[in-house]
Amino acid sequence: MSVTLENLQPGQKARIKKITGDGPIRRRLLDMGLTASSIIEMERYAPLGDPVEIKLNGEYHVSLRKEEADSIILED
Amino acid sequence: MKSINIALAGNPNSGKTTLFNNLTGSHQHVGNYPGVTVERKEGVVHHKNHQINIVDLPGTYSLTAYSPDEVVARNVIINEKPDVVVNVVDASNLERNLYLTAQMKELGVPIILVLNMVDVSEHKGVKIDSDLLSTLMGLSIVRTVGVKNEGTKDLLDTIIKVFEGTTKNDERPIRYSPEIEHEIKQVESLLPVVENRKITRWTAIKLLEKDSKVYEEISVLPKGSDILRQVEKGQQNILNATHDDSEMAILEGRYALVRGATKEAVSYQPNDRLSLTEKIDKVLLNRFLGLPIFLGMMWLLFQLTFTLGGPPMDLIDTAFGSLGEWVAGNMSEGLLKSLVVDGIIGGVGGVIIFMPNIILLFLGIALLEGTGYMSRAAFVMDKIMHRVGLHGKSFVPMLIGFGCTVPAIMATRTLENDKDRLVTMLVAPLMSCGARLPVYTLLIAAFFHESVAGNILFSIYIIGIILAIVMAKVFRKWLLPGESEPFIMELPAYKLPTLKNILLQMWERTWLYLKKAGTIILVASIVVWALFTFPMVDFQGNEFESSTIQMEQSYAGRIGKAIEPVIAPLGFDWKTGVALTAGFAAKEVVVSTMGTLYSIEDEDGLAEEENSAVASFSDRARQQSGFTPLTAYCLMLFTLIYVPCMAVIAVIKRETNSWKWPLFTIAYTCGLAWIVCFVVYRGGLLLGIGV
Repeated sequence: MSVTLENLQPGQKARIKKITGDGPIRRRLLDMGLTASSIIEMERYAPLGDPVEIKLNGEYHVSLRKEEADSIILED
Repeated sequence: MKSINIALAGNPNSGKTTLFNNLTGSHQHVGNYPGVTVERKEGVVHHKNHQINIVDLPGTYSLTAYSPDEVVARNVIINEKPDVVVNVVDASNLERNLYLTAQMKELGVPIILVLNMVDVSEHKGVKIDSDLLSTLMGLSIVRTVGVKNEGTKDLLDTIIKVFEGTTKNDERPIRYSPEIEHEIKQVESLLPVVENRKITRWTAIKLLEKDSKVYEEISVLPKGSDILRQVEKGQQNILNATHDDSEMAILEGRYALVRGATKEAVSYQPNDRLSLTEKIDKVLLNRFLGLPIFLGMMWLLFQLTFTLGGPPMDLIDTAFGSLGEWVAGNMSEGLLKSLVVDGIIGGVGGVIIFMPNIILLFLGIALLEGTGYMSRAAFVMDKIMHRVGLHGKSFVPMLIGFGCTVPAIMATRTLENDKDRLVTMLVAPLMSCGARLPVYTLLIAAFFHESVAGNILFSIYIIGIILAIVMAKVFRKWLLPGESEPFIMELPAYKLPTLKNILLQMWERTWLYLKKAGTIILVASIVVWALFTFPMVDFQGNEFESSTIQMEQSYAGRIGKAIEPVIAPLGFDWKTGVALTAGFAAKEVVVSTMGTLYSIEDEDGLAEEENSAVASFSDRARQQSGFTPLTAYCLMLFTLIYVPCMAVIAVIKRETNSWKWPLFTIAYTCGLAWIVCFVVYRGGLLLGIGV
């Protein structure tokens, strides 16, 4: 089982291992700086439970849907 | 005077728009790129005997073929060959911002890097050695604080220096790993020779990156298939050598350059204090408060647009009414008077009447966007909207639609993705607008008991919402299929928008409405006027006995009769057909036209009646129209669904830049209205409800 954002509670941090899949979602994640070895901090879930907000490298905030977050594989 | 063409590029939220406004002031205009809904903003500034023409590229994170914005941005650089690209970057977010810079370097244009918001970044503990960064990236660098208009003059000086060649850019390309470089060379050697060698290299890199647009361009070349065969071989070789697919390997190559540069030139002492933005978001995006706060914001936006816009609209209405009367009183009877009063003054009034709404709506949207709340709104609403096949940001236009569909269509501009935007535009008219309300209230008062009136009205609104949801799903699935735009979206730091930005944005949008939609609305209202006015005399050349007979004999009346067979299965006669034709001008006209046709108004009009106008209309309508509650309900449904008024059609034309979508909207709304009314009418007859 690979670790994804689902395994993070708000406030927890993890390092990105890789971005899976292909096509626009992977490319957009990579273009926005979610590359291997970047650090993700889980910030919060939206009031209705989806999407989620993360903080990348302590620098800026990104929101993404859970289905998109699934392609982010985190280090254990 | 020399003229310099520059392109302004950068990530979304990098402060690019503020800088553009600082540079050009009010000397700017907005248009569209051909074939896409992407806005093209241009402006001019004069500096030290140079005329600097600026085109503001759409804000992007990358230059891939996945989004129309990115394709537009790179095409401008490739095809229009600007003398200098001014790349605005958010200084507190350097690594991600420079990734775009690296891609633009590959396009072989001189670049000036603008480190914007340096005040914010320094506050965050980010220190940037501009000289070192300049050397490492091979670019000229200017530091600015956009919101305080600092560094603008410095930027203008640098633009001229780079243009004149006194500051030389380091034009060495990004070096990838030897394996990748080898494959780039292999592909390059097969490509046709073009003037700019850099573009050949860029094309080769893009091919190896599996860029669909570049693939298409190459595949049609005489040797296209040979080149693509080499490309696929190259991709395989890169995969074997790096254990990454080529797209990833090339992307990593760019990031390597950027990371190297930022590592050396940027020192970062993070302070663990929560930023102001994070504190605000703790409240605004709170699990429990997030939704109520969002709804409150939307309520405010709605109130701002329609409640505050109401009085000036009444004023405009009265003013055009009095103007019409005054002109009528001072012109001799005849066709010209009718044209001027009913056609032109009515038409211009019909354009101007929406102005308060539009100005206020755009004020509200400019504030929501300028402060950074708009992306939070999308964050809060996305789950619901995504279920329907739309985007979190689609909520705002849908809500505005309950007030007026014209500003709703214009509010879809906040959606970046073409498909999301189109689907939202197509279903927004199903949100029942304010102009349809008088039709409902009069019909409900006439045909339904007071005790059910509220429920009947509510059901109409709900049916509109349900239809919008269903149609959005249908359009998403069959009309505009394909992956929906990833929601991956930056939540930018909150900021106080500058007055200049807000005023410019309001002015821009309002002017666009006036110029483009206004013309169409005016023409259409004259056409509708003509349909109802001609012919003015019967075959013998005699005047008609009454306005009712005149209307029956007019072209509009004939249209009504022509469409009678089509609408007869819905329980409508030709008179309803005429009223619906008139409703194309504006929905509230449906009722007044029916009034004339059924001679519901007596010669002296409604006002003289002792009872309220509504009550007297109700009585007469019941007696003279032969409608049952069921037909009345169907008429309400039809009014809800069929063709949004011509102002909406005009705005859709303007926003999509083609006649395809407005015509489609007319066709689908009429079809849908017919189907829904047919089901309800026939179902009602069968079950014996409301007959």
